[in-house]
Amino acid sequence: MSATTGAAPARPFLARFRTEASPIQVVAALLVAAFLLAFLIIPVGRVFVVAFQAGDGGFTLVHFADFFRTSLFIESFWNSLYVASMSVVFASLIAVPLAVILARYRFPGTALITTLGVLPLVMPPFVGAVAMQLVFGRNGTVNLLLMDWFGFRLDLMEGLNGVIFVQSLHYFPFILMNLTASLSNVDISMEEAGQNLGAKNFTLLRRIVLPLALPGYLAGASLVFVKVFDDLATPLLLNVTNMLAPQAYLRVTSVGLGDPMGYVISVILVVVSVAAMGLAALLLRGRDYATQQRGGGGLGRRELTRRGLILCWCFVVPVLFLVLAPHFGILLLSLATIWSFSPLPDAFTLQHYGTVLQETPQFITNTLLYCGLAGLIDVVIGVTIAWLVLRTKLPGRKLLDMAAMSALAVPGLVLGIGILRTYFDVKLWDGASLATSWIMLTIVLAVRRLPYALRASTAALQQVHRSLEEAAENMGAGKVTTLRRIVVPLMAGGLAAAFVTSFATAAVELSATLVLATRDVDAPLSYGIYIYMQSAAGRGPGAALGVIAVLVVAICTFAAHRFAERERSRRTRSSDPRAE
Amino acid sequence: MSEAGVDVQSVSFGYGATRVLEDVSLTVRKGEFFAFLGPSGSGKTTLLRLIAGFGQPERGRIMIGGRDATRLAPWDRNVGLVFQSYALWPHMTVGENVAFGLEQRRVGRAERDRRVRAALDLVGLAHLIDRRPAQLSGGQQQRVAIARTLAIEPEVLLLDEPLSNLDAGLRAGVRAELVELQRRLGLTTILVTHDQEEANAAADRMAVLNEGRVLQVGAPTELYDHPANRFVAGFLGTANMLEGELAADGFHAGGLVLPVAEGAAPGRATLALRPQAITLLREGGAIQARVLRAEFLGGHVRYTLEAGEGLRLVAEEPHLRGLAPLAAGAAIGMALDPAQATLLRQ
Repeated sequence: MSATTGAAPARPFLARFRTEASPIQVVAALLVAAFLLAFLIIPVGRVFVVAFQAGDGGFTLVHFADFFRTSLFIESFWNSLYVASMSVVFASLIAVPLAVILARYRFPGTALITTLGVLPLVMPPFVGAVAMQLVFGRNGTVNLLLMDWFGFRLDLMEGLNGVIFVQSLHYFPFILMNLTASLSNVDISMEEAGQNLGAKNFTLLRRIVLPLALPGYLAGASLVFVKVFDDLATPLLLNVTNMLAPQAYLRVTSVGLGDPMGYVISVILVVVSVAAMGLAALLLRGRDYATQQRGGGGLGRRELTRRGLILCWCFVVPVLFLVLAPHFGILLLSLATIWSFSPLPDAFTLQHYGTVLQETPQFITNTLLYCGLAGLIDVVIGVTIAWLVLRTKLPGRKLLDMAAMSALAVPGLVLGIGILRTYFDVKLWDGASLATSWIMLTIVLAVRRLPYALRASTAALQQVHRSLEEAAENMGAGKVTTLRRIVVPLMAGGLAAAFVTSFATAAVELSATLVLATRDVDAPLSYGIYIYMQSAAGRGPGAALGVIAVLVVAICTFAAHRFAERERSRRTRSSDPRAE
Repeated sequence: MSEAGVDVQSVSFGYGATRVLEDVSLTVRKGEFFAFLGPSGSGKTTLLRLIAGFGQPERGRIMIGGRDATRLAPWDRNVGLVFQSYALWPHMTVGENVAFGLEQRRVGRAERDRRVRAALDLVGLAHLIDRRPAQLSGGQQQRVAIARTLAIEPEVLLLDEPLSNLDAGLRAGVRAELVELQRRLGLTTILVTHDQEEANAAADRMAVLNEGRVLQVGAPTELYDHPANRFVAGFLGTANMLEGELAADGFHAGGLVLPVAEGAAPGRATLALRPQAITLLREGGAIQARVLRAEFLGGHVRYTLEAGEGLRLVAEEPHLRGLAPLAAGAAIGMALDPAQATLLRQ
C-alpha cells in the first residue's frame, strides 16, 4: 500500500481505509479474536449448546426440567444463593465500618486496616478453609478452649456456615477497597455543605456520605456475590457438596462428560452471575458521583472522640484476629507433627517442607512455568487489545475488549467443563488429550486472568498521552519505532504490574484446574494442595505447599504494588512542571 | 508573490457528522510568521494538525514547500510541531528528547551531538541537557519542546498555543523571544492562538477562523482597520456594530444619520465603528448623546452613550491628568470620522 501523491478519484476512499485499518492492525485483531473464540467463546458456547440439546441433537428444555425436579439440585441452588447472599452480608459487616474509619477519621491504626485489607487476598480461600477448620472447627482451637472454660461450642464451621465464614473473611477486601475508593472520590465540600446545613455525625453519614459512596459499595458487593456463588474449591475442601458448583463438578467427574446436568448447572451459574452483575450495573447507572477534588487538602478526616477511638479499636482488633486466623492456622499446620483434638499442635517439625520439595517439586516448578507463560500471554493480548481500542479505528475493536472482559462472568468451573467438552477428542502427538494437557491448562489460566491484564494495560496506555506519540511521529519516527521507543517504555511499570497480578492470581486458581488437571506430574501447586488435603496424613505437606503459595502471592502482590506506586509517583512528578 | 511555504487548498475535514473545516484555503509564504486566530472550536488546531499529518483531509490538498503532502505520513513530512502540552517524553533526558528526531534521520553521532547542543544553545538551555523534563519549570519545558523541533531543521515550524500553559507574567517575554528566534532563523512559522493580542504582536500575517471557515487573511493592522465582516470586526478588539440603511445622505441607524465615505451603494448594511473613532466634544458636535456609564480604565475612559432613538455606542477618550470623567447622565457631543468607519454588507 504505497501512499504517494496523486489525484485518482478513488484515493480519498483508499486513504481513509489505510488510516483506519492497516494490515498489521487487522492481523493483530484476527489473532486475538481467534484466541478468544477458540478458548473462551466456543467452549462456553458448547456448554450452553449441550445444556439445551436433546439426544437427537434438537433443542430441548428437558434437562432443565430434570434439574428442577431433582430435590438435591433445588436444594443446591438455594444453598448457593443463600451462601452468596450471607457472605455479602457478613463481608459488609466487616468492610463498611473499616472503610468509613479509613476514609473519614484520623485513626492511628490506618496502616493496620490497610494491611487487613490485603492479608486475606494473599491466601487462596481453599487454603484458608482447611486452616479455619483447625482454628474454628468443631474440634478446633477456639471450640476446644470454649468447651474447657465455658462448656459450649460455636458451630462456625459446620456445613454452609463454614463456607459463609471462610468466604466472607476472604472476600470482604473487595468491598473495603471499592468503598474506600468511592468515599475518597467524594469531594469533602459535599459533606461540608451538609455540616453547614446542620447535619452531623450519624445523620451526615447516613444522608450524605453513604449514599454518595453507594456505587463503590455495590461494585464490591456484586463482585463478592458472584465470586462466592461460582466458587468450587472452598465448598469442596470443606466437604460441602450440596451447592451448585460442587454438584456440577461431581456430575462431570463421576457421571461423565456426557451427562447433561453438569452443563445445565454451568448455564445456571453463568446466568445468575451475569444477572447479578447486570443488576449492579443497572443500579449504578447514572450514579457516578466521583467529583474532582478542588483545593483543600484531599480527604477531610475528622478527629475521633475518646469513646469513638475505643470503639474503633474494639472493632479492628477482633477483625485482625479473624483475618490472621487462617494464616496462623496454615503456618502451624505446616510445622506440626500431629495436630488433632488439641488447641495447638503437639510438636513442631520442618519435615513437611522437605516432603513437598523432595517428593513433589513439580507442583512448584509447574506453577512457575504455567503461570509465567499465562501472565506473558495476558500482557501481550492485553496490550494488543488496549492498543486496538485506544489507538486505532478498527471496526469491531470494542467487541474484542468486551469478549475478553466476558471471561470475568465465566466461572472457572464452567470454562473448564467447556474446554474439556470441546478439546477432549483432540489428541496430541503422544496420544494424550489436548484438553487435559499442561498447554491447555496454561491457556485456560491465561483466559481466566486476561480481564485483569487487559484493564491494567488499558490504564497504562491511557497514561501515555497521545501527544507523546504524535511528537515522535512528528520527529520522523514510524509507528513501530514509536511503539518501541516511546509507548512501551512509558507503559513498562503498568505492564509489569499486570504481569505480576496475572501470575499471582493464576498461581492460586483451582476451579478450572480441578477439572482439567488429571496427572500429578502435570499439575500446578493449587491442585497439589487439594490432593494433599484429601488425606489426614497429607495435611502437613499440603499446608506447607499452602504456605509457599501464600508467600508467592504475597511477594507478587507487594511487587505489583511497588510497580504501581513507582508509576504513580513518576506521573505526579511529571504532571507538575514546577517540581524541584 | 513569494514562494509558498504552506499552501492549503480547499481543505474540508470532519469527524463523522461533525464538520470541523469547510473548504479552507490559505497560503503561508516562505519565511513568514503566520497565525491562525479564532475562538475555541473554530478548527484552527485541527488545521494545524492536518498540516502536520495528524488526520487526512476529506477533500482538498496541502502543499508544503511546493510538494503535495496531503497523503504523506506524519513522519515523512519534516514539519516541526510544538505541542500545546509540550509532549516531552518523561522517560528521556532533555538531551535524549532533542536527539530523538536526529536519530530517526540517521544523523551520525558526532553531528547529532553538535546539533543537539546547538538547538539547546539557541533556547539557552544547554546546561540542562541531562535533566529530566519533570525537573524543569514550565517555561524551560516549553523551550526544550522548541529545541527538539528546531533540531531537525524543519521546513515549517508549527506552534499550537505555545504560550497558553505559561504564567501570564512570562508570556510577553517568551513571545518576544519566539519572534526574535523566528526572524533570526527565517523559518516559516504558523502559530495557533485564540488570543488576538498574541497574534497581533507576533504574526506578519494571520487568518481569522470561525466555525471551520477562514473569514479573512491579512496583516494584523489590515484586519483591524478593514474587517471583512462582523465576526472579524468584533473578534479583533471592540467595535460598535450599527444596523441600518445606507442612503445618499449617509447611514441611517437608530434615528441618526451618520456620515460615511463616498461611493458606497445604498441598501441595508452594518456600520462597524471602533470606540476610538468617536471623538467626544464637550461643546457642539453634529450628534448629541447622553452618558449612560463611564469606566475609568487608566489610560483612557470608556463611555457607554445613548444617542438618537435608543442607539447605544461605546466610545473611548484618552485620559489626561486633571480631566474629570463625565458623570452618568451628562450630555455630550460626538463627531465621527467617516474614514475610520467600516461598512459591512452581511
